[in-house]
Amino acid sequence: MNAANYLYISALLFTIGAVGVVVRRNAIVVFMCIELMLNAANLSFVTFSRINGNLHGQVFAFFTMVVAACEVVVGLAIIVTIYRSRRSASVDVASLLKR
Amino acid sequence: MVTSNALVYLIALPLFGSVVLLLAGRRADKWGHLLATALPAGSFVIGLTELLAMLGRSPQERSVTQKLFEWISVGNFKIDAGLLLDQLSICFVLLITGVGTLIHIYSISYMSHDPDRRRFFAFLNLFIAAMLLLVLGDSYLSLYVGWEGVGLASYLLIGFWNQKPTYATAAKKAFVMNRIGDMGLSIAIMIAFATLGTVSFAGVKEGAPQASTAALTAIGIMLLIAAIGKSAQFPLQAWLGDAMAGPTPVSALIHAATMVTAGVYLITRSNFIFDAAPTAQLLVVIVGAITLLFGALIGMAKDDIKKALAASTMSQIGYMILGTGLGPVGYAFAIMHLLTHGFFKAGMFLGAGSVMHGMDDEVNMRRYGGLRKFMPITFATFGLGYLAILGVPPFAGFYSKDHIIETAFNAGGIKGIIIGSVALLGAGITAFYMTRVMILTFTGAPRWDEKAHHPHEPSILMWLPMAILAIGSVSSGFLLSKGDALVNWLSPLFEYEGGHEVELLKPIVVTTLALAMVATGIAIAFIKYARGNVAQVAPVNVSVFTKIARRDLLQDDFNEAVFMRPGQGLTATLLKTDEVIIDGAVRGVARLAVGSGSLLRRTQTGFVRSYAALILIGALALIAAIWVVTF
Repeated sequence: MNAANYLYISALLFTIGAVGVVVRRNAIVVFMCIELMLNAANLSFVTFSRINGNLHGQVFAFFTMVVAACEVVVGLAIIVTIYRSRRSASVDVASLLKR
Repeated sequence: MVTSNALVYLIALPLFGSVVLLLAGRRADKWGHLLATALPAGSFVIGLTELLAMLGRSPQERSVTQKLFEWISVGNFKIDAGLLLDQLSICFVLLITGVGTLIHIYSISYMSHDPDRRRFFAFLNLFIAAMLLLVLGDSYLSLYVGWEGVGLASYLLIGFWNQKPTYATAAKKAFVMNRIGDMGLSIAIMIAFATLGTVSFAGVKEGAPQASTAALTAIGIMLLIAAIGKSAQFPLQAWLGDAMAGPTPVSALIHAATMVTAGVYLITRSNFIFDAAPTAQLLVVIVGAITLLFGALIGMAKDDIKKALAASTMSQIGYMILGTGLGPVGYAFAIMHLLTHGFFKAGMFLGAGSVMHGMDDEVNMRRYGGLRKFMPITFATFGLGYLAILGVPPFAGFYSKDHIIETAFNAGGIKGIIIGSVALLGAGITAFYMTRVMILTFTGAPRWDEKAHHPHEPSILMWLPMAILAIGSVSSGFLLSKGDALVNWLSPLFEYEGGHEVELLKPIVVTTLALAMVATGIAIAFIKYARGNVAQVAPVNVSVFTKIARRDLLQDDFNEAVFMRPGQGLTATLLKTDEVIIDGAVRGVARLAVGSGSLLRRTQTGFVRSYAALILIGALALIAAIWVVTF
């Protein structure tokens, strides 16, 4: 099977994630879309690892997972806190930075 | 070379007095003037002992030096602060301290009603100290320090009554015009150092024969500019008339003993430069000749007694400068005229002060008249000074001025005839305006309110100095020229080679001509003023020449039109340029930053999703750019 197909899937997943981040309001969904983009990148890493015949990409995929795990911990904690104080998980409600 | 440790005290005594009086403040009010008078007198005594010591040595070993300290030592630029007392400086030292002391004594009484008399005496002492440093320095750089000190002291004294804005302006005017001359002196020093590598008198004298004529001419012209500024010569003469704003003793000090004589000293001291630079020397002659006529013409039209005397000083210093421009033979005569002038001009200024003292500070001669009866001593001393300045034999001016006129005629060729005639004409005009001063002030019917004014003879402290100066006015010329005493005394300093000059006119002819001119001047003045028809107010319907002379020959109008107005225009333009271009650029940058900031602010919405979209667009743009560049 042609390795390029994996890259197409990766690009598709990344696009879905990016569009999701921009168009969705629910923080949880935005969060999941970010995860989707990270994993799209992971898929590309692994594919390139396969194409090039070395393990560099694999190693990077692990790094990405570690970072993603940390991000989930911090991010979910923030989302929960925001939900508690505002009774809403919409990202548009939390726009205090402008003021 | 003889050395002496006493020289520094000549300067240190008056300097000490000025420092003490300024620092002690009001506590010194009671005794300050006495200390300040005693210290220049002490310097005079030191000067006399030095003179006696010099007389005891052979002519070649008369100069005395004293090294004070190593002043500047940078690489091969080394200057020692040192003092030099030779045949030339001793003349000045005795004149400055002698006449200076007399003026101090006079001021004790003249300024007794002034609450700031102590400050006045502190400045007088500073003036004396600076002038002594000027004539005693052994290099152009030490001279420069004294030169600037004189400028400062004159500024402080001319503006002594600075509560009057016009007086403060006069002080500023004197200072600013002097600065132009000071620039000349500093440039001369720089050229001397660049071409000769030294600024000491001895070093420059030694190096001058090897230097190029161009460099020497440049130094000479710059020194001439310096002399023009300090000695109030054409075209920097305008400050002298306004300098009358100072108390009268200051005028006497500036005009007789210090300040204006500095230029004559500078040129005489630099004789080795001027003798080797004929162009510069010719300029000196021209400046002197123009000024002696200029001052005399102004003197004819002035009704203010002090301003008339000031114009006469300008004219007499013109004679001296003319003398210094006539080469080795002229220097000694210039110095002789300077010394005799020191006596009679100081005497006349003090006399004018005495008249003002008796007439409640009235200076307009048209409101004097008939004062001879009320002030016989002042009349006598002023009259002796008057005879001296006219050059009537056997008074002092006869010996000194006649020699200058004679030397001018013998300068050779058409130049000699022109400057000789100018000097002769100047003598005639001098006779006219000085006679006018005498007639208007002392003779005729009183033109003042006899109820308002009570003219009286001043106290002994004032008339004694006047009497001593009058004795000097009578005798100094005879004593100095007896057996060519002063010429021989000064001759070791100048490369004097007598005998080969062309004698255009015999001395007796020159004397006769000069006396004829003087007699004519006196006669015209008598015809015009002695019939007792002098108006109390200056007539308005006068010829255009009189009007111009009353306006100081338009010197201020000229300066204002040529220098002041364009200067103001230049400042206004520069100010506008600064506001529009430089400030405009700064403000423009600020406005640009503010404007672009408020534009960019719109992108900061606070919504997470818009930031995410911007990041996405940015990333896409980046990728697109990379793609475009790589393919």
